[in-house]
Amino acid sequence: MKKIVLMGNPNVGKSVVFSRLTGANVIASNYPGTTVDFSKGKMCLGKEGHEIIDAPGTYSLEPSNKAEEVALEMFGQADLVINVADATNLERNLYLTLQLLEQKKPVILALNMWDEAHHTGIKIDVKKLENELRIPVVPTVALSGEGIFDLVSRIEEARSPEEIEPMNESDRWIKIGEIIRNVQQVTHRHHTLRDWISEASIRPLTGFPIALGVIFAALWLVIFIGETLITYIFDPLFSLYTPLAMGISTWLGPGFLQALLIGKLIDGQIDYIQSMGLLTTGIYVPFAMVLPYIVAFYSVLAVFEDSGYLPRLATLTDTIFHRFGLHGFGIIPVFLGLGCNVPGILAARSLETKKQRFIAATLIAISVPCMAKNAMVFGILGQYGTGYIILVFATLFFVFVASGLILNRFVRGDSPEICLEIPPYRKPDTVTVLKKTWMRIRWFLQEAIPFLFLGVLLINVLYTIGFVEWFGSIFAPVIQGWFGLPKEATTALLIGFLRKDLAVGMLLPLGMSPLQLVIATTLLTIYFPCVGTFAVMFRELGIRDMIKATAFMAGTAFVVGGAMRLVLLGI
Amino acid sequence: MEQPVTSLETGTNAIILRLEGGHWFQNKMRGIGIREQKIIRLVAKHPFNGPLVVEVDGREVTIGRRMAEHIITRVPE
Repeated sequence: MKKIVLMGNPNVGKSVVFSRLTGANVIASNYPGTTVDFSKGKMCLGKEGHEIIDAPGTYSLEPSNKAEEVALEMFGQADLVINVADATNLERNLYLTLQLLEQKKPVILALNMWDEAHHTGIKIDVKKLENELRIPVVPTVALSGEGIFDLVSRIEEARSPEEIEPMNESDRWIKIGEIIRNVQQVTHRHHTLRDWISEASIRPLTGFPIALGVIFAALWLVIFIGETLITYIFDPLFSLYTPLAMGISTWLGPGFLQALLIGKLIDGQIDYIQSMGLLTTGIYVPFAMVLPYIVAFYSVLAVFEDSGYLPRLATLTDTIFHRFGLHGFGIIPVFLGLGCNVPGILAARSLETKKQRFIAATLIAISVPCMAKNAMVFGILGQYGTGYIILVFATLFFVFVASGLILNRFVRGDSPEICLEIPPYRKPDTVTVLKKTWMRIRWFLQEAIPFLFLGVLLINVLYTIGFVEWFGSIFAPVIQGWFGLPKEATTALLIGFLRKDLAVGMLLPLGMSPLQLVIATTLLTIYFPCVGTFAVMFRELGIRDMIKATAFMAGTAFVVGGAMRLVLLGI
Repeated sequence: MEQPVTSLETGTNAIILRLEGGHWFQNKMRGIGIREQKIIRLVAKHPFNGPLVVEVDGREVTIGRRMAEHIITRVPE
């Protein structure tokens, strides 16, 4: 079994080629740095099975960030390399190709985005390129699948030409210049509407109003889709389910099983948020409250990612993000973190230095609320008025800015400048967007449901053994005295480690005022990451930095919670 | 006249003469397409010492202000 590794510059479509070759789905988008880790898949050539590895993109074999280090490591393990190049940008892509060939591993070159090259007036003579490089060259359009069959059938022709000797950087560029003169013809093309939109959205004067408009439209769309799904699909479904659940409740009769499966009845009725039974709250929270917003958020995000807008937003936010010790690319992990903190923190791998990665991860964990939690905040605070929801997000925004300024000042290390390729705008493909959204929804369900059930189970056990009472009284001075919350809220903060969405639900039966709910939900974001985020911080930052980040979070929660009590409750 | 990209007018084309800086910087610039003898066009310059957007070979790239200061160009007559 051979190890076949996909190598290439960022944003040339390696992940799409990978999906085509293996049938396995991985997230692909239209911005450099989508893939930060490797994925493995299987493919058969004749009778033999091979392992295919999708590596992060890299411009050269000298890594400049963590994602590129992963790419280099994968290259080291490769028996054969499929070099994916962007046909619209061949000259630059050939640099890596030559470097790969110098390493004496068999290489086959896929000229991806062949259709786009054709449309933009770029003609490449494939036969001549094969003669120059002495390896098989196959034009492909991975998105539509064109050329993939050719690529597969020629993989075994991959070779490492003896004619290509190791050379230095300037010789490489000279050689590339010769190759390009021989194989490529570019016809001049006029500026199109797409170019005009592209420039308008990246220039400061027009770009900022466009960005504001786009972000508000996206926000409105997420809320609109989420609410529509709840009102017209999920709530009606649960209305149908209620008689069944009540039937089970009556059939079980009072006792441990009823308490566990159905939970507390409120005025003789099931209250899906407060009952805390496995068959009531345990399925209502993930399916009827959180899932609709997950669907809404990830479908909007997929359109954003595939359009190519994110690198433009990164350019516009660069100046501000420098104040936080990051650069504009930092907006991308933050955006992904709004869905779930875990992929957000992983995306920070594309940042160049340890300082940047530490700040990005900490800022996400401390002040970027994930969609599961947001959905609960919408569901619970929404009934008191939009103002309360805005108060939560305004506070978190303030915490983000203040923490960024502080961390930039006190974290040692470099904050290099941005250097980011801006991909052309592309029309998001409906099937691709739906597929990607579905992958992320499935991921959410797989991750969330077990933890939600565990959480509900744990709550029941903790109440039964009297732990809640005891634990609450230990932390009463902080929770009651300093934050101005009822002491039972302590358990919600404890459960928040498992699932923040469930924890928000636990606040409801405590009879708090809307302003107390604002404090409690805000603190639930700041005080401590959930277990999944905790694990990924440990993996990405190492134990020492993770402890530092967590201490910073606890400290901030203490300060912000106390300040909110003073300002909002006036006590 | 030789001048860094930062002092070009938005929308002008210029030829890249040199990349002034260490090996790491030169490598990074060339890798992303910004190389000697290429035509570079300044697409946008962000205020408050913000980044620059340049176009080389029909591709836009965002680079930091200090990086741009080290890309020396000449505007053809």
